[in-house]
Amino acid sequence: MDWDPTTITRYLLETPSVAGHGGRLGQHYHAHGDDWVEVAQPWHADLVGDEDSGLIASGPIIALMDIATSLAVWHRVRSFVAHATLDLRIDYLRPARPHQIVIGRGECLRITRSIAFTRGIAHDGDPDDPVAHVAATFMATAGHYPRVGA
Amino acid sequence: MSLPPYARLLGVTLELVDDLPQIVMPFGQHVVGRPGFLQGGAIAGLLEVASVAALRHALAGETARIKPINGTVDFMRGGRDHVTRAAGEITRLGARVATVTAIAWQDDRARPIASARMNYLIERAGR
Repeated sequence: MDWDPTTITRYLLETPSVAGHGGRLGQHYHAHGDDWVEVAQPWHADLVGDEDSGLIASGPIIALMDIATSLAVWHRVRSFVAHATLDLRIDYLRPARPHQIVIGRGECLRITRSIAFTRGIAHDGDPDDPVAHVAATFMATAGHYPRVGA
Repeated sequence: MSLPPYARLLGVTLELVDDLPQIVMPFGQHVVGRPGFLQGGAIAGLLEVASVAALRHALAGETARIKPINGTVDFMRGGRDHVTRAAGEITRLGARVATVTAIAWQDDRARPIASARMNYLIERAGR
């Protein structure tokens, strides 16, 4: 099957029988380029972590960045590969504006035989003024990633 | 201690075990990633709720705003279709910054499925 990041993102997040946590959070495909994929997390009252401020909890942002960076790995190898998140570090650079959609952009830095290194940002409109920065690594659970050029 | 709306979305409840808060998350389709396994984001969210609960408990009713600075989540084992528990341990609670280590486990607390180390800014009332 030809690789299409739009189709797989919509399949994973927007197909009711498939979409689990990301679907419950209301995440959906946003955009992609040659070497990045963006997933959107609309604001919803259910996602609030601090009722005084109305700020979205950090859990949905981590979930958003986990899927965005995962998609970036698959986009790099141009196929879906079963993998597991090894670790994810997140820096909360500033609060997201309440009621604002948050966009998670994932990029794959490098893929070795069994490990993928990624980074990503979350922003609420301006990618040059991100709300969070993440670094995440993944491990191919069934052995190894396909080889990619460069 | 009340839990935020996001905790209700996760479907978690708070229990006091030996006078320390534990967060309990039943399995369900709303927290699934790949079929039969918990999504990493849901586990991270559970660890976050447990970290904040541990901090609120340690602050013992003191009015303070808790703002996340950063955090690292390590995923050690796949989360299966079981109940997951999480608890935070305060590594350091200073005047302005707190560090919390949280673990999540299923059947055996000695075999965690994930851990997190979180740094928080603490804004105490009147300071």
